[in-house]
Amino acid sequence: MAFDIKNPGLATTVQDQGRTGHYNVGIPQSGSMDQYSAELGNALVGNTAREAVLECTYLGPVLTTDKDAVIAVTGAPVEVKINGESRPQWTRLLLRAGDELSFGVIRGGTRYYIAVQGGIDVPEVLGSRSTYSLGAIGGFQGRKLEAGDQVPVGAPVNAGALPAVDTIPDEFRPAFAKEQAVRIVLGLYDHRLTDEGLDNLLNGEWKVTPVADRMGLRYSGPGVKWKEREQPFGAGSDPSNIVDAGYAVGSIQIPGGTQPIILHRDAVSGGGYAMVGTVISADMDLVARAAPGTSTRFVAVTLDEALGARMELAELRRKARAAVGAGS
Amino acid sequence: MRSPEPAVLEARYTWGGDEFLFVEVSESMSLAANFKVMSIASKLSAMELPGMVDVCPANASLLVRFDPDILPPSTLEETVRTIEGDLTHHRDHSLETRIIEVPVWYEDPFTAEVAERFREGFHQEPGGTDIDYAAKVNNLKDAAEFIQRHHEQPWLVSMVGFVAGLPFLFQLVERERQLEVPKYLSPRTDTPKLTVGHGGCFGCIYSVRGAGGYQMFGVAAAPIFDPAQSLVDFKDFMVFFKPGDIVKFKPVTEAEYNDIQADISAGTFRYRQAPVTFDLSKALADAEGYNQELMEALNGV
Repeated sequence: MAFDIKNPGLATTVQDQGRTGHYNVGIPQSGSMDQYSAELGNALVGNTAREAVLECTYLGPVLTTDKDAVIAVTGAPVEVKINGESRPQWTRLLLRAGDELSFGVIRGGTRYYIAVQGGIDVPEVLGSRSTYSLGAIGGFQGRKLEAGDQVPVGAPVNAGALPAVDTIPDEFRPAFAKEQAVRIVLGLYDHRLTDEGLDNLLNGEWKVTPVADRMGLRYSGPGVKWKEREQPFGAGSDPSNIVDAGYAVGSIQIPGGTQPIILHRDAVSGGGYAMVGTVISADMDLVARAAPGTSTRFVAVTLDEALGARMELAELRRKARAAVGAGS
Repeated sequence: MRSPEPAVLEARYTWGGDEFLFVEVSESMSLAANFKVMSIASKLSAMELPGMVDVCPANASLLVRFDPDILPPSTLEETVRTIEGDLTHHRDHSLETRIIEVPVWYEDPFTAEVAERFREGFHQEPGGTDIDYAAKVNNLKDAAEFIQRHHEQPWLVSMVGFVAGLPFLFQLVERERQLEVPKYLSPRTDTPKLTVGHGGCFGCIYSVRGAGGYQMFGVAAAPIFDPAQSLVDFKDFMVFFKPGDIVKFKPVTEAEYNDIQADISAGTFRYRQAPVTFDLSKALADAEGYNQELMEALNGV
């Protein structure tokens, strides 16, 4: 079984939970940017959380299927159409052989997900089906989809059993708001900011710029100040430079003190810009949902609070899966 | 080394959110700092702690990714601190590694073409070449002398990353002999695959085509990242370099470069390489003398 891609959309890629264990040689984790939305799509179609989905960015694909397919579209709000007729999001749908799936205009956020029973069945590379475009590995031939691609769909898991409920209750659907509060743990090189710089970071209003993709999101705002100092050997001349180091996923760097960049799942694994803090793991999906123009405040939390938020998110995911009768 | 090196003192521990521990061994780059990073990383990796996801040694710091649901942050920090403490007591300063000859076509047409597209507003000297600029800021006579200095002494792979398989290289010479070149004023959106570049005190080889800010001096003749794993050197893994590898650049002519391309197409290309034991104290005592010893390992390979 396969999806026939009539029109690929803007940037449609195969993603799953990501690829770890090779960050030490610069291979990023990749995977669905909004893991929560992708996981609930998988839950609706009877998959485990591990199956691969299609991640659509702003403009989704137009595709047909050669056999009946059980699908669900989750993530950013968008009109879902089967043969031109509007169908609900966050709900299990049947795409019959020959039917055409297409999308309207996105109404918020950035990315939505097409989950299909059995998952997208491209070969695993280093333990994952996720696309890493820059390295041309994983996904469909290491790249975003193109017109004419035949994207394979796997055999149903769990003997084709589907959960009892076919829609995600409202209370478990994430918001795609124009304002966000993103929790961060200060650290790494935050001691190199001036007091005023730190104050700007935590109390300023920041806006997501159009320079935002799977590698990272750039924000405009009041800027920050770095302490002047004599730079250490090998660090480069700007006070925002360090001797090239590993970058935590979710870390915030502020080259030249102007625009903070939050590194996301396809980011470079290291470089020479000082990081001042890191988005907590529980808020990485939130950042992935931000569209350009989203007003953002960075809220400092402790490591313990970050771990607490992580447990809360795990509990929310468990409850959401239970609400549709999906296994955990 | 005869020039005074800042002592590598205790590392600084800090968190990158709830999944990353960052250990800054030194603010400045030095061979001793890199060696300490590699020692901690290899000992930590060997422990195979449940919940440890990635151990990433960098030039003068270490990044560890962990799953806090399995491995509590405090346990990980204590573990790394213990390893660091043990290193101070047992001065185990040798590394089993390999030396690899990497053929480079210096002043090649590929990087020259890209450089021409990124001059005004990008480069410090838009009217000249990257290599002429690098020679000038290092007070060298000309490009030829810079190239000589670039390939005559070997380099240590001090970090692999940025993008898949890209080696950062630190030349094994005394600090006053280190080549230092500022990065481009503004990063390019394009860099040819296999560009041999330089920024600050670090050399690199760009494993994939893409953005970059390092000065461009030439192209490496053979792949260093091969997702298809078609060449023998990539049989075990798609990434060629590992931290701790020692690289000796070898200048090649256009004709030699083309011969290597033919070998690659035929699937017969192999890097010249030999196992070596790298001894930090010997390298620090007499870098260039010790380099001769290291490079002899390639004779007859």
